[in-house]
Amino acid sequence: MSNNYVNDFPILQKTMNGKRLVYLDNGATTQKPLSVINAVQEYYAAFNANPHRGAYELSVKATQIYEDAREKVRKFLGAEKTSEIIFTKNATESLNLLAYSYGMTFINPGDEIVISIAEHHSNIVPWQQVAKAKGATLQYLYVNEAGILTDEEIEKKISSRTKIVAVTQVSNVLGIINPIEKIVHKAHSVGAVVIIDGAQSVPHFTVDVGALDIDFLVFSGHKMLAPMGVGVLYGKEHLLDKMPPFLSGGDMIEYVWEQDTSFAPLPAKFEAGTQNVGGVLGLSAAIDYIEKVGSSNIEQIEKELIHYAIPKLQQLPFITLYGCEGLSKKTGVISFNVKDIHPHDASSILDADGVAIRAGHHCAHPLMQYLGVNATCRASFYFYNTREDVDALINALGRVRGVLGYGS
Amino acid sequence: MDLSEIYTEIIAEHNKSKRNKKQMENPTVILKGRNPSCGDEIELALKVEKNIIQDASFTGVGCAISQASTSMMIDLIRGQTIKKAQLLIDTFLGMIKREITEEDQLEILDEAVALQNISNMPARVKCAVLSWHTLESAITMEEGKISESSQSSH
Repeated sequence: MSNNYVNDFPILQKTMNGKRLVYLDNGATTQKPLSVINAVQEYYAAFNANPHRGAYELSVKATQIYEDAREKVRKFLGAEKTSEIIFTKNATESLNLLAYSYGMTFINPGDEIVISIAEHHSNIVPWQQVAKAKGATLQYLYVNEAGILTDEEIEKKISSRTKIVAVTQVSNVLGIINPIEKIVHKAHSVGAVVIIDGAQSVPHFTVDVGALDIDFLVFSGHKMLAPMGVGVLYGKEHLLDKMPPFLSGGDMIEYVWEQDTSFAPLPAKFEAGTQNVGGVLGLSAAIDYIEKVGSSNIEQIEKELIHYAIPKLQQLPFITLYGCEGLSKKTGVISFNVKDIHPHDASSILDADGVAIRAGHHCAHPLMQYLGVNATCRASFYFYNTREDVDALINALGRVRGVLGYGS
Repeated sequence: MDLSEIYTEIIAEHNKSKRNKKQMENPTVILKGRNPSCGDEIELALKVEKNIIQDASFTGVGCAISQASTSMMIDLIRGQTIKKAQLLIDTFLGMIKREITEEDQLEILDEAVALQNISNMPARVKCAVLSWHTLESAITMEEGKISESSQSSH
């Protein structure tokens, strides 16, 4: 049985290879509801102009649309001020902004940057660059066998040498929710700033930056119904204020002389050049849609789906599951392997049944090495998925080994 | 897409077969080939003497397509001259790109013709060609060594 949400997503009406599309790659990107597609279309059909520049009506309207979206994001995240919301291209750009502006400025030789082994490459590589350039050390928080970050590990790794703690709130491979409150508490007790990668959390449950006392939060719009090419950086005002600009050029200035420039105040200081206003409007429409469904409802739907799917997967003797021991601190992400079958073959065979999953290393080489696997299959759910989708996955998995000449 | 077009019995057999998948003693050239986007990684070992590939084998991890393609390639090149190996490479890559479609031209590929339909699965083409590109680089390295040694002997 399908739910009513499916009807709002044009792409989910499609058939693939003659079968209903069962889209289970929401950790990579979500599909877009018609309201988001229409919002972007309407922007270019009716309001397009360069914001913050012209004194004519369309430009004023474009500015208003852009700044209204900023206010919507502020409220959505529970941030104090709109100046604390910076629009970027995606979570990766937000993390690079932090690495190059905050990291390169405030990290000194001998300092430590703490990240977890379960980070996406986007929250590893920029910090490697900073550590190398500044003579700092990159320290890893390792998860236990169940994929969980323990209190002992947090206590052990975050020390007086730690200046930045950058961790994902939810692992993109395992879907396990990290204990952010404990990490923030420990990091602040040693005077470190905390950067949270919210790419896999903000779309799936309520993240309140004020309540969590997070210093910085990053996420991508396209993983939460919005178009690709728009992301967000939240930062506490006093921290963003003392950071130098990342990209420079138009719109981020106050005044430019031949040899010097004074920079615009927040948030413009970090938004050089013409921004993705259509995309930002799409993000605004995406937040409207998510609020209509309700973040706690989304969390509940995903929980029910994994509680339905995991026992069924456990009954299949040829399936190995990763990070599925405790389901209380987990979003709708399931990583697994099919015995004797490489994930790419599994994915191609499922594709023939219209089931779209991700196969590979999920941009998390260090975690794969740590788990001792070369690659995994990943099914990741969103609120528009149904038990019927889970059944389609289970049925299709039953076929995989046979196609490659292995018995069940 | 018809799965049976791609995952044929020959592919399944070569994927499971360990005949060509082993370490080699005293190879003359070893080369790693990787598909960074999907994590397929093979290591190809050749023993080349007097322009003839006396032996070839591989190790590594990857999907059925990359494993089977590598195994079939090794069956084809073992005992062949470098020149013949290059012809096989050109023919195989030409087949995948659909530039070579004539049956009599493809005949030399023997079982490897089973991978002809992989172009219907664009996401998997890179798996099929990984070992062939690796072989081409290995041959280039080997030829470099030969020309270097012949130059120094003069």
